[in-house]
Amino acid sequence: MPVYSEKVMDHFMHPRNVGEIENPDGVGEVGNPVCGDMMTFYIKVKDNVIEDVKFKTFGCGAAIAVSSMVSEMAKGKTIEEARKITPQLVADELEGLPKQKYHCSNLGAQALNKAIDDYLSKKK
Amino acid sequence: MKRVYMDHAAATRLLPEVREAMLPYLADVFGNPSSLHDWGDPAREAVENAREQVARLIGVEEPEEIIFTASGSESNNLAIKGLAQAQQNKGKHIVISAIEHFSVLYSARAMEKAGFEISLVPVDKYGMVNPEDVRKAIRKDTVLISVMHANGEVGTIQPIKEISEIAKENRIVFHTDAVATCGNFPVNVKELGVDALSLAGNQFYGPKGSGALWVRRGVRLIPLIDGGIQEGGWRAGTEDVPAIVGLGKAAEIALKDLNSRMQKLIPLRDKLLKELPEKVGHVVVTGHPQKRLPGHASFCVEFIEGESMLMLLNSQGVGVSSGSSCTSRALKASHVLLAMGLSHEVAQGSILFTLGVGNQTEDIDYILEIMPPIVKRLREMSPLYAKYVKAGKGE
Repeated sequence: MPVYSEKVMDHFMHPRNVGEIENPDGVGEVGNPVCGDMMTFYIKVKDNVIEDVKFKTFGCGAAIAVSSMVSEMAKGKTIEEARKITPQLVADELEGLPKQKYHCSNLGAQALNKAIDDYLSKKK
Repeated sequence: MKRVYMDHAAATRLLPEVREAMLPYLADVFGNPSSLHDWGDPAREAVENAREQVARLIGVEEPEEIIFTASGSESNNLAIKGLAQAQQNKGKHIVISAIEHFSVLYSARAMEKAGFEISLVPVDKYGMVNPEDVRKAIRKDTVLISVMHANGEVGTIQPIKEISEIAKENRIVFHTDAVATCGNFPVNVKELGVDALSLAGNQFYGPKGSGALWVRRGVRLIPLIDGGIQEGGWRAGTEDVPAIVGLGKAAEIALKDLNSRMQKLIPLRDKLLKELPEKVGHVVVTGHPQKRLPGHASFCVEFIEGESMLMLLNSQGVGVSSGSSCTSRALKASHVLLAMGLSHEVAQGSILFTLGVGNQTEDIDYILEIMPPIVKRLREMSPLYAKYVKAGKGE
């Protein structure tokens, strides 16, 4: 039995929204190489809506799939809606993650939230 | 799609001759080797024949000194726990290297609970133990030294003979985990000068679940499994006759084919070790450049992580391993790579190609063809690489 769901494999093999945004409205960076995964999220916000999301990820298949899924889930959402994306929701959307990957690799929502924090702090 | 298996450190394909040798013992010859009748006799003969075959592979003159086990890990557990416990009246200190297999490392750790103390001998950047460091680690109460013959993750062959001389001078029992070398590299217990040695059949085209521990006669050992007097009383339990027969046959073939195996694999290994870093860039060869296992090519690819590399290689038909924390169930970076002084960041990019007799030059060419785009793709996704490029050091 493969370790990863088909959905995880799809997002790993064809990750959406890889890259960086020039002059982003918010940037969020989480993880470190000691635990194995690092993610940087970039967002562009217009009228309280996340217009564009890009990410860069250093990590395993799960980490890349999670980043891709979060970027897809966040795009087009309002800040308030995007705040509701939790690691559990991301895992559910990916049709599950292996147990041991749940904590270390499921950092996408956290990185997105950090990018939103960054955006809100700049706005003030 | 082309399919290339390069994970022989994880599993090897059973040789057809080995399978053939095992088949009768999965069918008509089902008797218990301990039974004293026509059903037991051929099973017992088969086990004793295998014992001779294994003894010959490692240069042991007395086949009775070979104890069959169910894995390399069991052999190592029996060696560390059994040799230490048997000598605990003499002392409670064990010396092992920092890069031992988990089955040695955690057996030693388990002995700490029984009041033993453990010293870990460091390795250099090539994963090599300096025998003088072993000498320094020895105390008055040291009763056991265990240093592996070769490390399965970085391939480095250790100076076992030099270490055994130090062990002898100090009259300390010396065990070596030769699971990675037996059947793939010359192993002779007399030349190595060791007192005990572990091996496993699945590393050299024998069945999984087959292993052995050799202990020199006169060296005291306490069994892990108590019960009947199978294996001379050192390991109770009805023998796994098919596995033992398979191990014996694999040992016989390995002894005969060792030179040709090495002559075939070394040039393939060296091609990969030389050309992959050239083609990909920012690649560190892990382990010793020459003193390494014949079919073993291991690397750390900077700025990317091993599991994602492994998965992309698999999507193109190539099976390999990685020592990154994401690929380990424990989610820790390889203790071997860290002991060699590599940073967590670099160790995460571990990728390991272990070649076997079925591999050809074309397989190496295929790897060299598909690796650069795989690495490029992951680097383009990597925040570490982006930082490196921005710092003006890239491209």
